[in-house]
Amino acid sequence: MTKIGLEIHCQLTNLESKLFCSCKANYRQFEINENICPVCMGLPGSLPRLNQDAVKKATMIAMALNCSTPDKIAFFRKNYFYPDLPKNFQITQLNIYGDTSVGGPGSIMVGDKEIRITRIQLEEDPGRLIYEGSSSKNQITLVDYNRAGTPLVEIVTEPDFENPKQVREFLNILSDLLENLGVSDPSLEGAMRADANVSIEGGKKVEIKNIGSFHDLEKAVHFEITRQESLHSREIEIAQETRHWDDKRKITISSRSKEEALDYRYFLEGDIPWVTIDPAIQEKLKSEMPESISSKKERYVSKYSIPNQVADVLSSDKFYSDLFEDSHTESNAKEIANIITTDLMGLVDTREKREASKITAIHLRDLADAIQTGKISRNSAKNALHEIVKTGKDLSQVMSDLDLGNVSDESELLTVIKDVISEEPQAVEQAKSNPQTINYLVGKVMQKTKGKADPKLTLDLLKKQIE
Amino acid sequence: MNLKISALDYVQEVQNGNISAEDFTAATLERIHSVDEKLHAFLSVNDDAINQAREIDKKIKSGDKVGACFGMPISIKDNMCIKNSKTTCASKMLENFVAPYDATVISKLKEQDAIFIGKANMDEFAMGLTTEFSAYGPSKNPWNVDCTPGGSSGGSAVSVSAFECVASLGSDTGGSVRNPASFCSAVGYKPTYGLISRYGLISYANSIEQIGPVTRTVKDTAFLLNMITGLDPNDNTTVDNKNEDYLSGIDSGVEGKKIGIIKEMMAEGTDPAVISATKDAVSKLEGLGAICEEVSLDMVKYSVAAYYTITATEAGSNLARYDNLRYGYDFSLEGYEFNSYIQKARKNFGPEVTRRMIIGGFVPSAGHAGKYFLKALKVKNKLTKEINEAFKKYDLLIAPTVPILPFKLGEKIDDPVALFLVDINTVTANLTGKPAISVPFAVSNGLPIGIQLLADSMNDKMLLQAAHALEQTVKLPEVPI
Repeated sequence: MTKIGLEIHCQLTNLESKLFCSCKANYRQFEINENICPVCMGLPGSLPRLNQDAVKKATMIAMALNCSTPDKIAFFRKNYFYPDLPKNFQITQLNIYGDTSVGGPGSIMVGDKEIRITRIQLEEDPGRLIYEGSSSKNQITLVDYNRAGTPLVEIVTEPDFENPKQVREFLNILSDLLENLGVSDPSLEGAMRADANVSIEGGKKVEIKNIGSFHDLEKAVHFEITRQESLHSREIEIAQETRHWDDKRKITISSRSKEEALDYRYFLEGDIPWVTIDPAIQEKLKSEMPESISSKKERYVSKYSIPNQVADVLSSDKFYSDLFEDSHTESNAKEIANIITTDLMGLVDTREKREASKITAIHLRDLADAIQTGKISRNSAKNALHEIVKTGKDLSQVMSDLDLGNVSDESELLTVIKDVISEEPQAVEQAKSNPQTINYLVGKVMQKTKGKADPKLTLDLLKKQIE
Repeated sequence: MNLKISALDYVQEVQNGNISAEDFTAATLERIHSVDEKLHAFLSVNDDAINQAREIDKKIKSGDKVGACFGMPISIKDNMCIKNSKTTCASKMLENFVAPYDATVISKLKEQDAIFIGKANMDEFAMGLTTEFSAYGPSKNPWNVDCTPGGSSGGSAVSVSAFECVASLGSDTGGSVRNPASFCSAVGYKPTYGLISRYGLISYANSIEQIGPVTRTVKDTAFLLNMITGLDPNDNTTVDNKNEDYLSGIDSGVEGKKIGIIKEMMAEGTDPAVISATKDAVSKLEGLGAICEEVSLDMVKYSVAAYYTITATEAGSNLARYDNLRYGYDFSLEGYEFNSYIQKARKNFGPEVTRRMIIGGFVPSAGHAGKYFLKALKVKNKLTKEINEAFKKYDLLIAPTVPILPFKLGEKIDDPVALFLVDINTVTANLTGKPAISVPFAVSNGLPIGIQLLADSMNDKMLLQAAHALEQTVKLPEVPI
């Protein structure tokens, strides 16, 4: 049986500051080496100043993944030399002397499959190495410390995945969960990174490091299984090794250098006293946590009779569910859910489009109400939505600008219907015996009114005229 | 100009208009120029001190609000960061490190109009107890320049003892303030762990070290503590002392106080002169109404081993950042391969630092941690339990600060184990986080002897009261330099 385990690193991108100083957690907006201070540069004499908000948010992640949360947490030093590590040790967490990281064992359901979580720990991200120069001869390595000290949550799973599809489903659930908690924006470059370990039946465990996105993680796992299976079928032994993901060529490559068993000399970080997160604090945190995706979904289905699939899509995406929550009423909920899932999603399907989008909850509410009161047809509503996303104008403004209001004036509509009847004598005859044909005539009226005719009124009037 | 005055007397004199900050600073600089060539207490002297003193005098004259130090010249051990000035840790590694920020103690003293007259010599990265491991040469004991002044805050103790400043800040990881204070006949204080912010103190063994004053009198120490203690958002290990006033009630005495004499700290090998001085101190305290009896702290016999294991582990980690990538001086446009570069760069550490880094790489390593580092932590915990038990029964504990008298420079430098054992009486306070003070008490054959008092955590005020009482019982000769 194929076994896959994951180690996921997730930056808490939505925090105000880094894990141990007041530099910004959102380092992406800075010029190189501008988001730094004595603390995150590890200058002599500087001391870490624990960001309590990071502890809170990391604990929430642990709770959302059903992990045990200890009453007291501690930080440890992981000692190793690397140019991107200002202090040459990383402040992280460790559970070998008892569970003292933000999250202990837990599990989450992925479809029908239970995936066990080994632990969740809070730690600092190192800086970033930048390689310049085209050939190895003139290559230089530069270090940007803007990222150093960014709060990072490591989520380690047991090797419970059996195939890449389960991995993908888990990652989807995880990104939605992180986004829903408001702790992280998984779509930011480098916000989510992962290592994976993969073994097939009868083979040794292979670690894959350096996977820079969730998208690539699934690919890497898939590639690795195929590689191992192909070796296995040719009766070549699968060696226990560490491989790196080459994100340009989309393959895993053996780390040629012999992996030395690194000794990290872990010991307690004395500069950060133990942090108490007793049951009372945990209860308070739970009460501050946003409603979970599954609870949202359940509510949408049971309270508003929104179809299962629609509720699923709506609840799992924070952008859409926030819009829904802010716009819906008892009576228009279903209509709004429809607008979001059938029309809006197509219009803002990328991060850029979402950020550029001008739509607000008020727009959605107005639009749904207009549809329900027959002021606008579904067809025209689609056009209005397009314009709103682009310009952010009021619905009434958009309707008058684009002339999208329904033709609900009977006499006006009757004129059009009479025209159609005289133009389509054959269809009119058929309609008398075959009620299906009447839809064809409604379509013709719609054509003439550019979709603005109120379909129900049109049908009623047509029927009367034909009889 | 009389430089031989206490900090409190200095403040009084300036306030009364008898002396000006400028004149006193000028005289202090003159003193430094005349004696420091011999003593080498300073690694650098503040060129701007006179101007700073002049500014403070102006404030005094114009009736502006003036800080409690009134331009008092203070020396600072060279492991504390003063913005825009060199902070070398007496190491070649940090030869050109100019701190871009102030340590918390420095900003607090700046607010009180102290003048940082210079950076004091020390053992490299505070590792040692003779200042002989300074990369810039040892300091000399003003009582006998052939002898060591102790360490690692040797420069601090020498500068106070030889009137090159009024007071000093040192740091104490295993006795580094108390040891040189004892050897130079000054008051040396190691506060409760967390009482003084370590922000800006360059870490050696961060879980047990504290900044501490070196002064001429116990009252001066209390005066300095009033300015530099308390919670600091930049140091998560600081404790709230509720703005304790350590000077008020300093005359409270020791009547009725129960004092335990630590048996293991007067063991075989202790100099007879030190033993008799300690016995004398005990009887003086008894004369003041204290009740003294012997107490045993069994774990003390393992304390030095535990101390060196823990400090080496932490040093190995704290000093890992000195990879010469950012604090270096050896740049080549061609660049270097990383591993060979580190190897080359790390050679800038002196012998004692190198020794402890190597030990620090070994004792906590996988496969050896159980035998060394984790065992040392066990000793630390047991020792703490033992001393906590003792403090249930006693208000204070007493012992000699150092079991031997100041020894000749060069005498023990090649025998690290013999040197380590000199720490036997001081490391307990660090391992257990308790406050401890060394009070000058006797002079034997021209060499000073200090007596150490310890108290329970956060009982710093009571400790200072007892130390003040003890101090008042003797009149010591003046330093012969």
